[in-house]
Amino acid sequence: MTATTEVSVGEAAHGHAASAKTAKPAAEAHGQQHPLKLYLLVWALLFILSTFSYLIDYFDLQGMTRWSLIILFMVLKAGFIVAIFMHMAWERLALVAAILLPPLALLVFIALMNFEGDYTNGAREAHFTPATLVSPPSKTAAPAHE
Amino acid sequence: MSSETVHAAHAPAPHAPERPSGLAGFFSDWGSDQRSFKSASWAKTMMWIFLVSDTFIFSCFLISYMTVRLSTTVEWPHPSEIFALEIGGKKIPLILIAIMTFDLITSSGTMALAVNAGYSKNRKLCAYLLWATAFFGAAFVGMQAFEWTKLIHEGVRPWANPFGAAQFGSSFFMITGFHGFHVSMGVLALLWFSRNVWIGLYESDKRGYFTGRVGTYDVVETLGLYWHFVDLVWVFIFAFFYLW
Repeated sequence: MTATTEVSVGEAAHGHAASAKTAKPAAEAHGQQHPLKLYLLVWALLFILSTFSYLIDYFDLQGMTRWSLIILFMVLKAGFIVAIFMHMAWERLALVAAILLPPLALLVFIALMNFEGDYTNGAREAHFTPATLVSPPSKTAAPAHE
Repeated sequence: MSSETVHAAHAPAPHAPERPSGLAGFFSDWGSDQRSFKSASWAKTMMWIFLVSDTFIFSCFLISYMTVRLSTTVEWPHPSEIFALEIGGKKIPLILIAIMTFDLITSSGTMALAVNAGYSKNRKLCAYLLWATAFFGAAFVGMQAFEWTKLIHEGVRPWANPFGAAQFGSSFFMITGFHGFHVSMGVLALLWFSRNVWIGLYESDKRGYFTGRVGTYDVVETLGLYWHFVDLVWVFIFAFFYLW
């Protein structure tokens, strides 16, 4: 950051501009230009994590192991995409908060619909005989125009 | 008007005091009585806000899928078997979906590199990478069309299917259909903006017909946000619909 005093404040606000300018004098200093190596690393990581996700199914893991691994790999992949590919790691906190905090309200929605789904399931189990629901996939259910 | 002037439009004047970072920066940006997003152009900000609203739409689909799957008393079909393909006489579970996942990640990678090439003013490389991204996107849509055709032939309908709970079909067509539509629109956008990159629009001082603004390579980054979002949504669909 030796060139910080030379770089205008506008570029300093862009975060990485100062280092980008010193590293690549040919390229115009820009806020969201980052080393290629980082992109390639994240790209490789996404491939590896996707392979892991697929292997969960391939080896037919079940129960808590399956669910926790699915969630783990999903969150890691989503995190890398948002942070590096979508440059969130370099944006100012004002934007990061405005974009990433509102979706957290979805957790409440998920919890609510979880209760709702469980309740409906319980009501169906208690008040309907399965035979009326499980219609054999034949005349009525299967499409006629095939 | 050079592109420098346009850049200056979303950067504070040189004599302005340096903005604090971190949490102090958060309060200072929001309390500045000016634009709150100091590091993002209006186009990028609007794209992000659109993506947040899109997040809520896809969340509604995935949450309703969760609800119908929780509440049905009929057994849920096994995606692992339904999306298996026979390759060389051997049934491989979920292989088509795995290929589609890798295809989309590949396109996300080429998109990230295209943004980088754009900011390096490497016009041709940027256009090539955008074309590669569009190609992988189109391939994804093609595989999805194949998957839909296969399932429709097997009798899967939005209202019924031979494998179990009827809600499987409605969730499947709704979620993957909406995602596939996003990918298709993304491919069209990629083709359009790669054309703009190719003819050097973002290096000229030409003003846009509708916006009256000089185009810059920031456009490629904004387009990239949309494309990465499409990949991001697939991460969640893959986890919840296909793996769960």
